[in-house]
Amino acid sequence: MLGKTAGSLFWMARYLERSENNARLIDAGFRIALTRSQTAAAEWKSVLVTAGVNQAFQAAHGDYSSARVIDFLLRDPANPSSILSVIRQARDNARTARTALTRETWEAVNTSWMTLVALLKRQVREDDLPDVLTTIRRQSAQVRGALNGTMLRNDGYHFALLGTYLERADNTARILDVKYYLLLPSVAHIGTSIDNVQWETILRSVSAHRAYRWLYGAEISALKIAEFLILYRQMPRSLTFCSERMENHLDELQRHYGDETEAWRMAHALVHDKLNAPIQSIFDGGLHQYVTGFLRDTAALARQVERDYRFVE
Amino acid sequence: MNSQEGETRSPYRDYCGWFEAEDVARIQHKAVQAEALFRTTGITFNVYGAVDGDERLIPFDVVPRIISAGEWRRLSRGIEQRVRALNAFLYDIYHRQEILRAGRVPTDVIAGNAAFLPMMMGLDPPGGIYTHISGTDIVRTGANEFYVLEDNARTPSGVSYMLENRETMLQMFPELFAKVAVREVSDYPINLLKSLAACAPPACGGTPTVAVLTPGIHNSAYYEHSYLADHMGAELVEGHDLRVVDGRVAMRTTQGYRAIDVLYRRVDDDFLDPLNFRPDSMLGVPGIWDVYRAGGITIANAPGTGIADDKALYSYMPDIIEFYTGEKALLPNVPTWRCSDPEHLREVLDRLPELVVKEVHGSGGYGMLVGPAASKKELAAFRAKLEANPSNYIAQPTLSLSTVPIFTKKGLAPRHVDLRPFVLMSPQGITITPGGLTRVAMTRGSLVVNSSQGGGTKDTWVLED
Repeated sequence: MLGKTAGSLFWMARYLERSENNARLIDAGFRIALTRSQTAAAEWKSVLVTAGVNQAFQAAHGDYSSARVIDFLLRDPANPSSILSVIRQARDNARTARTALTRETWEAVNTSWMTLVALLKRQVREDDLPDVLTTIRRQSAQVRGALNGTMLRNDGYHFALLGTYLERADNTARILDVKYYLLLPSVAHIGTSIDNVQWETILRSVSAHRAYRWLYGAEISALKIAEFLILYRQMPRSLTFCSERMENHLDELQRHYGDETEAWRMAHALVHDKLNAPIQSIFDGGLHQYVTGFLRDTAALARQVERDYRFVE
Repeated sequence: MNSQEGETRSPYRDYCGWFEAEDVARIQHKAVQAEALFRTTGITFNVYGAVDGDERLIPFDVVPRIISAGEWRRLSRGIEQRVRALNAFLYDIYHRQEILRAGRVPTDVIAGNAAFLPMMMGLDPPGGIYTHISGTDIVRTGANEFYVLEDNARTPSGVSYMLENRETMLQMFPELFAKVAVREVSDYPINLLKSLAACAPPACGGTPTVAVLTPGIHNSAYYEHSYLADHMGAELVEGHDLRVVDGRVAMRTTQGYRAIDVLYRRVDDDFLDPLNFRPDSMLGVPGIWDVYRAGGITIANAPGTGIADDKALYSYMPDIIEFYTGEKALLPNVPTWRCSDPEHLREVLDRLPELVVKEVHGSGGYGMLVGPAASKKELAAFRAKLEANPSNYIAQPTLSLSTVPIFTKKGLAPRHVDLRPFVLMSPQGITITPGGLTRVAMTRGSLVVNSSQGGGTKDTWVLED
């Protein structure tokens, strides 16, 4: 397979995952903005920081009104991470890698793009927002279904899945990076549980507020939430789950090509060193340092994959 | 579809029987479905110069254009003769130039022509093939009158439409194919692969590796490039995927560089090699020319092939065919005035309102004048252009093109069409896919079928004997 094609599959999957993640972030932010108008601006800011576009937003707009932030995150062509920009890039990558996709997968990506372009032609009214966000997530699920149901389990498939999990791990880590202070035992919080709405936002932004309840019942603690998002192996957006999948897909690629890569060694180290620690020791060592370290590691891993498999010259 | 006497021409008999028994609303519904199908598949077309024009759909008409077995036999014989002559002409023009010595084609038509590539002189392309893939544009003016409108020997496009149109028809009207015996077109990609592989260069050891070179996803024909690569099981490469490694052109795979034997390029000559042609080209491969000269790669079509489909040469085609095949052309040319000739120019200027005038190097229907459809102002403007640079133009009479039916809201209506059959050539022979691309002028009375000018397409049926 061409290095460029491998890279396009990897990035197609990353962008599709990003579009879904951003829809989730908007959803969580919107909920807070509706219910707690006094903290709305701060919440929108943290959404923008998580999406990595706060500076771009400030340069263009300044104040964090809901309507402006939502439009920026959904449609602004100046925002490279807006849903519209991201889905366009996903489709461009899919077109570049067209020969490595099944017809079903390609058509799912293309249909997503057509649907979202039509959906986001005009500014979205706030009462339409939940529907729009549902559609975005549903489109992403359709692509995933086509990919899963029709693609050969060859190198191309593994590059796409590698991209998916790398993006997802990065997203969950960013949420933790932005919200870590809520999970720290500070003076004010001693003896009290953390702010209900705030922790719910964190869980909502990874679509796991119900799952958490099923697992831990009514016990809401910073330690448990962090454990759930970082170490819990059954949670499909936890750092451990995503990292294990990355390791697995890199393993399959090694088997496919028959040689060991540096990227695989890095993913292996991520799973077996970095994530192989009790949550208490992560807290003891500093949650924030831990998460920024993880973000650094995954970014380095992404660069290494690009080198090992010759995505670019 | 109808003969002069108003009777249904026989190839259409079975189809018409089916159509008359059908509910028009159902066909209408199918036509809408077809459009959605094309959009989902991404069979879209970028229009140059349009503001938000990327992603336009070529209109598709659900009524097939039907050609009888006998008509096709005659057509394909004529096309084969023509393509053989073109290839022989190219070999000659890049070697001893006998046809110039014999005075059958004037030297200045070649020497002063930008499509002529002096670097190809004396070079032997693998298998002696220049025109691996070509398309012959044909129009019909009467029951047994076909004319060749132009030859496409550079990088003829449209074959993916031929294939997808059939696929769409099969999906929408499966029962129709049980009633009418239509010849298959779906083996085109595999024939293309075989034909290209049969032209592998001397450096190739083992099974030839074939790749398709595209300018990239923003090119108007990108869909076709990816379609052909996909259906051949060949890699779709861009210039930045390629480099010269150990005297071979190689593509960057996840496992390092791998040599390519045959490159089906869908970029123009100028953009092939920035070292040897246009230095600003980002599309090509630096050094590919030297590999080509040394027999390290086959480039299809061969560089310099464009001289054969140059419009300045078109009018000499009957002579060219006779010169190389010793036979009269089986398919006639449209009479053509060369505006470079002062006498011809005078006549063209006199009769401008009734003529079609084309740029010698133009394609895609850009920069042409359709006299009968032009306003006084357009005519005057074109007259000025003609007088300023006459050798840039040729002119032809407006033919009374035959029409075929298309499906409109008001039922069937006649529209003008042309036909582009696709021809593959290798040392093992010539393969013509039965049918080709039928382009149709969607507006009533219009003669312009180019997709860039709003023309549409329809499925083309060649009937079994």
